[in-house]
Amino acid sequence: MSEVQQLKAKDYKSDQEVRWCPGCGDYSILSGVQSTLAEMGIPKENLVMVSGIGCSSRFPYYMDTYGFHGIHGRANAIATGVQAANPDLQVWVITGDGDGLSIGGNHMIHSLRRNVDMKIILFNNEIYGLTKGQYSPTSPQGLRTKTSPYGSVDAPFNPLQLALGAGATFVARTLDVRPKHMKAVLKAAAEHKGAAFVEVWQNCVIFNDGAFKGWTEKKVRDELTIDLEAGQPMVFGAEKDKGLKAEGCHVSVVPAAEATNWDPTVDSAGPAFLMTQLDYDPSLPRPMGVFRQVERPTLGGLIHEQINDVTAKNGEGELKDLLYTPDCWEVK
Amino acid sequence: MSSELIRQDDVTIRFAGDSGDGMQLTGTQFTDTTAKVGNDLATFPDFPSEIRAPAGTRAGVSGFQIHFSSRDIYTPGDSPSVLVAMNPAALAENYKDIQPGAIIVVNTGSFTERDLKRAGLDSNPLTDGTLTGFRVIEEDINQRTIEALEGTTLGKKDVLRCKNFYTLGMMYWLFSRPCEPTFEWLDKKFAKKPELADANQRALKAGFNHGELLRLFQGRYEVPKVENVTPGTYRNIMGNQGLAIGLATGAHLAGLKAFLGSYPITPATDILQYMSLMKNYDVITCQMEDEIAGICTAIGASYAGRLGMTTTSGPGLALKTEALGLAVITELPLVVVNVQRAGPSTGLPTKVEQADLLQSVFGRNGEAPIPVLACRCPADAFECAVEACRIATQYMTPVILLSDNYIANGAEPWKLPEMESLTEFPVEFVTDPEGFTPYNRDEKLARGWAKPGTPGLQHRIGGLEKDSETGNVSHDPDNHQHMVQLRQDKIMGVRNSIPTPAVNGPDSGELLVIAWGSTYGATRAAVERMQAEGTAVSHMHMRHLWPFPNGLKEIFANFKRIIIPELNMGQLARIMTSEYPEFRFETYSKVKGKPFQAFELKNHFVKILEEKS
Repeated sequence: MSEVQQLKAKDYKSDQEVRWCPGCGDYSILSGVQSTLAEMGIPKENLVMVSGIGCSSRFPYYMDTYGFHGIHGRANAIATGVQAANPDLQVWVITGDGDGLSIGGNHMIHSLRRNVDMKIILFNNEIYGLTKGQYSPTSPQGLRTKTSPYGSVDAPFNPLQLALGAGATFVARTLDVRPKHMKAVLKAAAEHKGAAFVEVWQNCVIFNDGAFKGWTEKKVRDELTIDLEAGQPMVFGAEKDKGLKAEGCHVSVVPAAEATNWDPTVDSAGPAFLMTQLDYDPSLPRPMGVFRQVERPTLGGLIHEQINDVTAKNGEGELKDLLYTPDCWEVK
Repeated sequence: MSSELIRQDDVTIRFAGDSGDGMQLTGTQFTDTTAKVGNDLATFPDFPSEIRAPAGTRAGVSGFQIHFSSRDIYTPGDSPSVLVAMNPAALAENYKDIQPGAIIVVNTGSFTERDLKRAGLDSNPLTDGTLTGFRVIEEDINQRTIEALEGTTLGKKDVLRCKNFYTLGMMYWLFSRPCEPTFEWLDKKFAKKPELADANQRALKAGFNHGELLRLFQGRYEVPKVENVTPGTYRNIMGNQGLAIGLATGAHLAGLKAFLGSYPITPATDILQYMSLMKNYDVITCQMEDEIAGICTAIGASYAGRLGMTTTSGPGLALKTEALGLAVITELPLVVVNVQRAGPSTGLPTKVEQADLLQSVFGRNGEAPIPVLACRCPADAFECAVEACRIATQYMTPVILLSDNYIANGAEPWKLPEMESLTEFPVEFVTDPEGFTPYNRDEKLARGWAKPGTPGLQHRIGGLEKDSETGNVSHDPDNHQHMVQLRQDKIMGVRNSIPTPAVNGPDSGELLVIAWGSTYGATRAAVERMQAEGTAVSHMHMRHLWPFPNGLKEIFANFKRIIIPELNMGQLARIMTSEYPEFRFETYSKVKGKPFQAFELKNHFVKILEEKS
């Protein structure tokens, strides 16, 4: 047996120079993934990073793992093929708000409903970066960009709601400026068996700088965001003195002692949906962390289980039987 | 038996009725029995794109043509010598296609005023002189079926559903076929509903007996079995079935497991359906959310070490175009089956055309060469699918295999290969990290295939151009030139692994007719008839359409004229002209959604040869 080597974050770095803009939020996600993998000790050869097109999608080139830089929007489909072909691989999809929700929106929802065992990291910067600054499907209405000089008239997607609606078994949100939070979320995603959807608020310093500043800056963060923690009361604020109380379809701010306990593992996606609604109420903090975490059989598992079942029932197929069927006849 | 048997060597029957009349079933039963009798045969189902057009209308007419013979044949026949018309719409849609003097069997039970009106007929073709010159056999098949099933527990609707078996019985009698194979089939089919098996069997038997008793026909025919058939095991095969079996076999011969990512599209869907049954043959099938996902999962599966495949038709191939480029630049094996149908756009989805050749050979952004081949008939589908798998794995490339609607749904006897005769072409995955880069190439210029899970071989591939040595992303101008050239040279090198096509007939003469895909049958039949009449004409069939095989120039040089009949506006002729500018390639084109008929090709070839002299 080969001896177990303690892998470090740097072991997951490829020899390629990382070429994102200085100050880009992508750097923190890259190092977050690398250190999470090292911590979990996932063998490099069992990892496949699949991406589409966009700034985020250069990610696989920077990882010393197997990697596939695909075409625009199709990472989820390529990854589905990899995973179905070999369910033993750990597959990560690296995508962005344009790649994953616009051109690749269809593959996104279908890979979630099929519960393909893969970790989908959606870098959301609410802008098209690689094409140099056009509005994306998550840009807020009114955003002025090169293709919306008078303000975007499109209503945005809420990525979390989309994922929940598609039947995702793991849905979480984290942010580039809180590496520790990100690592905890990435680890939970990596440990999840099934499709894990992680939205990362990622700042594009060039084309949409400060998109999330209103929530992520240190001075406001504690008041305007809340960390959802499984089994813990939903409390927030610099002093952790405030809490959220969920009653029916309504969430209100209450003293910490009255806060509702958060449980992402309940069968119903209702509570998770409810928490996504907080994004639309300026008087409530925006939740971060794991919104939903439930178990469901995975596509790869089901495919191979079915193959095993049919093989057990019908026997291992002999190629000859495919050709020489009972309706054959002999000519002498 | 009182009727004397009249020998016929060649018969073409067309069964035509409403979509709900069960004509496809009648046709396939007649086909299976005919194969067992020992005739050579070819079939051509022709059905509307609407699943159920309004009953009795012309839009809803479904047809099934079978050509069977005591000789080898290549096509489902030109003009039927027998037409079975189950209603006025079926008669109106088909009587113009049939031979003068042909037998027309008409179900008069469906010729009421209402039926005529539904078919858009102002007068009754049975009485208005339309059918002058044909031998019309009028029979109230509805009534006969009801009588035959007297006492059954079935309702009237179900009873009438058996009328196609009554009709089949009449045809069995007329052409001296046994009923037993269909009896057995019904027993199996309706094992859980014996009353339905019994009803259909009674209808079949009644139709058969009435052929004798009612003296409907002037005589009874026998079509002797083909003598001197190459010994072996045969089965009836449809094109899509042959492709499915061939794809599974091809993966097996490469030592790989097959992965089919696909999306249902007429007329390719059957391949996905057949392969979905092959779970215990190491075949994974994924019905994906769209055409693009179909090919992308296949590419992902190939990356992971399976043999990725995707099946589609023209509009689907258009959607897969970008992903094909990805497979080209990542140099992963991939088999893409395009069962062509008439376009553009949705076109005529259930009709035949071969107009996707240029799309297949050239239709991608950038320099993205892909080997293209086409099967010529249902019995050729298996071998072509295996060949596509061979090229894909040996050259690490996507391959496009063309079929079409005519082959997909047509059936003919297929001489099964001996299992031992199938040549393996095992893939060797790279496992040694020593000196590994993703673009290390073998003598065929194919890159090594290292699959995820292999320690020490972590590498990145993707749509960006890569350095030819390191495999890292490269924007270097000279490197790009080099890589484009390498990919081109690799694909052109495929020609060194394929044979020069044989010329059927003299290897020099007045006229060489080149066929590809499903025009094979009609072309071969036309040319052989001309050869029998002493004309210096030869036929060559092209299986490999890109790259072209070696040795074509030498063949072309020996003929005064070269013509290519195609079910498009001259696409192969266009490519040939650009590849071999020293020769002139004439085109005979047809885009009616229908296959060539041997006689029309022959007439054209005779005409152009006469014009010249």
